[in-house]
Amino acid sequence: MQDYRLKEGLKACINCGTCTAVCPAAEFYRYNPKNIVNIVQSRDDDRILELLKSDMIWYCGECMSCVTRCPRTNAPGMVIIALRSLSVELGYFVESEKGRQQYALAKVLCGNILNYGYCVHPETFKYASHPEYGTVGKWIEEHLEDVYDRVGANYRGDGPGPLRKIAQESLDDLKRIFDVTGATARVDRIKALSLEKAKEMGLSEEEYFDKVFNKTECNHLNN
Amino acid sequence: MIYEGKKRIWSEFQKEIPDDGYFYARSCIRQNFNPGAEQAFLDIVRNRFGKDFYENPLHTTCGGIAYHSDTTPEETSMTIIARQFSLMQEAGYENFVVSCVTSFGLHTEILQTWEEFPEVEAKIHQMLWDACRREFVKPRFLVHASDIMFKYRYLVSENAVRPLINIKTGKPLRVVEHIGCHYSKMFPSKSVGGAEYPYVLSGLVEALGGEIVDYPERRHCCGFGFRQYLVRANRGYSLSNTYKKFESMQPFMPDMIITNCPGCNYFLDRWQYVIAETTGKTYGDTPGYGIPVLSYEEVAALVLGYDPWDIGLQMHQVAVEPLLDKMGVEYDRAAKYRGKGGKDLGKPESPVNIKCY
Repeated sequence: MQDYRLKEGLKACINCGTCTAVCPAAEFYRYNPKNIVNIVQSRDDDRILELLKSDMIWYCGECMSCVTRCPRTNAPGMVIIALRSLSVELGYFVESEKGRQQYALAKVLCGNILNYGYCVHPETFKYASHPEYGTVGKWIEEHLEDVYDRVGANYRGDGPGPLRKIAQESLDDLKRIFDVTGATARVDRIKALSLEKAKEMGLSEEEYFDKVFNKTECNHLNN
Repeated sequence: MIYEGKKRIWSEFQKEIPDDGYFYARSCIRQNFNPGAEQAFLDIVRNRFGKDFYENPLHTTCGGIAYHSDTTPEETSMTIIARQFSLMQEAGYENFVVSCVTSFGLHTEILQTWEEFPEVEAKIHQMLWDACRREFVKPRFLVHASDIMFKYRYLVSENAVRPLINIKTGKPLRVVEHIGCHYSKMFPSKSVGGAEYPYVLSGLVEALGGEIVDYPERRHCCGFGFRQYLVRANRGYSLSNTYKKFESMQPFMPDMIITNCPGCNYFLDRWQYVIAETTGKTYGDTPGYGIPVLSYEEVAALVLGYDPWDIGLQMHQVAVEPLLDKMGVEYDRAAKYRGKGGKDLGKPESPVNIKCY
């Protein structure tokens, strides 16, 4: 409850449900941000614990549409971010299917930042795992350097420009920032707890990644 | 009507955007999928309008996508952003312009957090020092790159070669504007027009001769949702939200969509392909094609007379040719998928239900 996002995001919710009415996630998933805020506001530790172990807190898309509409200027989306941080910190994220996806997300996104200086990079964003990239995406991937060169990108080049090679000096800074600010510890923790869970589920590291990235087993949908 | 009162009310929806002198930060998504758009932006502001926009190759991601996927603490993005501010200060700039909407939202959130919790800012000063031996000063002005194009909208219209007019009918092109959620939904006062009346793209389109289409789901999220797209198992969320928007806008027969967020641009483009290939349905007024989705830089560049393939419109999945034909843009159809110097790169496979050329 010390997270400043909770202090900023929750000032006496009146349970009007406006956040749920406007929420893209509530329309798609069995999800209701009003109920989550209500549980947090109740300060009932047992119910909060249940929330931290559930799929529920991972349904939000963090679009923050709820922030604009709340008549109390609360931010249910911010409350969600705080709950997710807590779920990772306390190790409860591995207890839910959607929470276990943190393994794939941390591996890919933090790997990209530390290796390439950006969250998304052509070296790891592949048509095979993103078929919606389309026939044009596939063509781009097959002619990567020529296509980027044609439109003025500086792919893996020195100096400024889109997709330039990020200097080692900057990558070293990012690594030290990760170390100092707790990102390295968080990523390591996600990995360690995930591998423990993989073992418990009888899966290798690769099988676990494949499962959390590609598979849906429970019915999460609001239909 | 009390004029002063009205003026005061509307002043809350205005944004002060300096005319010149910016440190430019690139976007993870835009530089991957539409690098030509960022290059067009810089070429327009620097070489057409003679403005000073500086890019330091040492800058990096802000880490926003990782933060909003809950893989890193906010202190990590705060310190990365503090490092960018340090690079800005070192280069002698006071104004910071961001290409990405997620990043703009995160920069805004961080500056606001530091304002309300000075102890957090003090902690970040220390963290940046510990990690990089750097110090930083906050920018005087933080803007999104679409704010800049809005600011220069009359410069663009004065130099327009092909305004947003249908050359066959003489009528304004009908444009859907889609504002990225993180541009104004979190901190409305930091945007042009706020969350209720976001004017950053409408103002640009109107200045360039187009007509804005209003439709029921105009302010609905594109459906990116960070983890809801990045993890393959969740992508139905992303697709469903885009589908909802297209079903809502289709009766109004828009000629194009303009976006300010690089993610929205990608999703509104690529999910049209997926909808077409899985259901056979295409949107817009040209059977077998979709509704072209362009960013503000791409729209401004087309209006200013840039070649569509120089600015990278061939990297969109939905064919832009129907829009180019309506605007009267002269283009070489055969050169669309060629490399530099006309190098033959083949062409993408043709999808079954939606044409890409």
